[in-house]
Amino acid sequence: MLDNYLPILIFMIIGLLVGGGAMVAGFVLGERRPDHQKNSPYECGFEAFETARLKFDVRYYLVAILFIIFDLEIAFLFPWAVALDGLGMVGFLAMVIFLAILVVGFVYEWKKGALEWE
Amino acid sequence: MIELWNSLPEVIRILLKIVVILAPLMGLVAYYTLAERKIIGYMQIRIGPNRVGPRGLLQPIADAVKLMFKEIILPTRADKTLFIIAPLLTLAPALAAWAVFPFDENLVLADINAGLLYILALTSLGVYGVIIAGWASNSKYALLGALRSGAQIVAYEIAMGFALVGVLVAAGSLNLGDIVRAQSGNVFTWFWLPLLPLFLIYFISGLAETNRAPFDVAEGESEIVAGFHVEYSGMTFAVFFLGEYANMILISALSATLFLGGWLSPLPAAWVEGVFPLDSGFHWLLLKTFFFMFLFLWFRATFPRYRYDQIMRLGWKVFIPITIVWILVVGLAVVYKLPPWWSA
Repeated sequence: MLDNYLPILIFMIIGLLVGGGAMVAGFVLGERRPDHQKNSPYECGFEAFETARLKFDVRYYLVAILFIIFDLEIAFLFPWAVALDGLGMVGFLAMVIFLAILVVGFVYEWKKGALEWE
Repeated sequence: MIELWNSLPEVIRILLKIVVILAPLMGLVAYYTLAERKIIGYMQIRIGPNRVGPRGLLQPIADAVKLMFKEIILPTRADKTLFIIAPLLTLAPALAAWAVFPFDENLVLADINAGLLYILALTSLGVYGVIIAGWASNSKYALLGALRSGAQIVAYEIAMGFALVGVLVAAGSLNLGDIVRAQSGNVFTWFWLPLLPLFLIYFISGLAETNRAPFDVAEGESEIVAGFHVEYSGMTFAVFFLGEYANMILISALSATLFLGGWLSPLPAAWVEGVFPLDSGFHWLLLKTFFFMFLFLWFRATFPRYRYDQIMRLGWKVFIPITIVWILVVGLAVVYKLPPWWSA
């Protein structure tokens, strides 16, 4: 059983090597003449001012938190989805209740304006 | 030949198989960039690149060589380690996802039962490359691009995940080969028809996941110059670029496999029997994948860029409700064994 996963491990390593190899080739072949101006952050030709660690909108956090909840729901749905054929109506109704609770939360965040970006 | 093959150690055999998958894939990525420039060129009544080699056919090779000899800039204020790791995190998952992909009946590198779960996990990893690149660059444009892109990818990830749950309900298996076999029959037993809303949502989410037009606010050349990879140059940029195109090909191939019957032939068996030996197989998968790859380019040439609030509204307020409803519809159809899809 675990034998099947060996190719995947090797494939991941190869994937990293392809990208790593390309970048090593770039470092070896490309010339390097760094100077202060060239290595400063790009700001359309102006001198970079302030730090780039800006304050950013709290909505990005909100999206990340909502994502965790919903992604977890999807993870819960996976085994149910695979087994539904054998579970029949009982299994289906159980998931309807589960989704109903999820939808209550979804409607709440919608009404609270957590999904507004205007 | 077969004796020689069997005498090789297991690891070497796997490596050779991986090379057989990756080499054509990298070639496809290279020529996909040329196809993009040519096709969009013709759509805009230009002829596109035509100087390097006959009809510009050597253009991707020239681009690769040029990028290889370009200076790699490591910005002074950047976090150097993360700056280097970020492109790898974009490219490696886009390649490794092919490990479980079925190219034909029995033609798959790792025939695992959790295939679709593995692909969902790996395609989700792509967002790390974007976020880390934006953060490590220590540049305002890069940070803005990474934030936009991260929130967008994450939002569409949910719609995509729900669409995949619909496919699972319909197929009753996580194994990609079994998902294709569950669609066998004719063109109308493929999942695009019973799962039509999920099919559309899956592909559109794929566009958003790969930051392609019309959802390319993360790059937004005319607003935030190039978004998260503004500080990257030379080969570090090229790796991002390869990752993006490999991801587009992956999404195309997955759409073809999950909704258009993968390697299955659209022609009824009675028609082709004895006429020509092209019943079902890899060539059909290739044709279907090319169709979706062409859509990526066509959309880019056709649609203007969405505004950011429109993108978020489409993802959260349109796609997620539709997918939840359609999962229930498909669930009922499976429980009641709705013919012709689930009669057996």
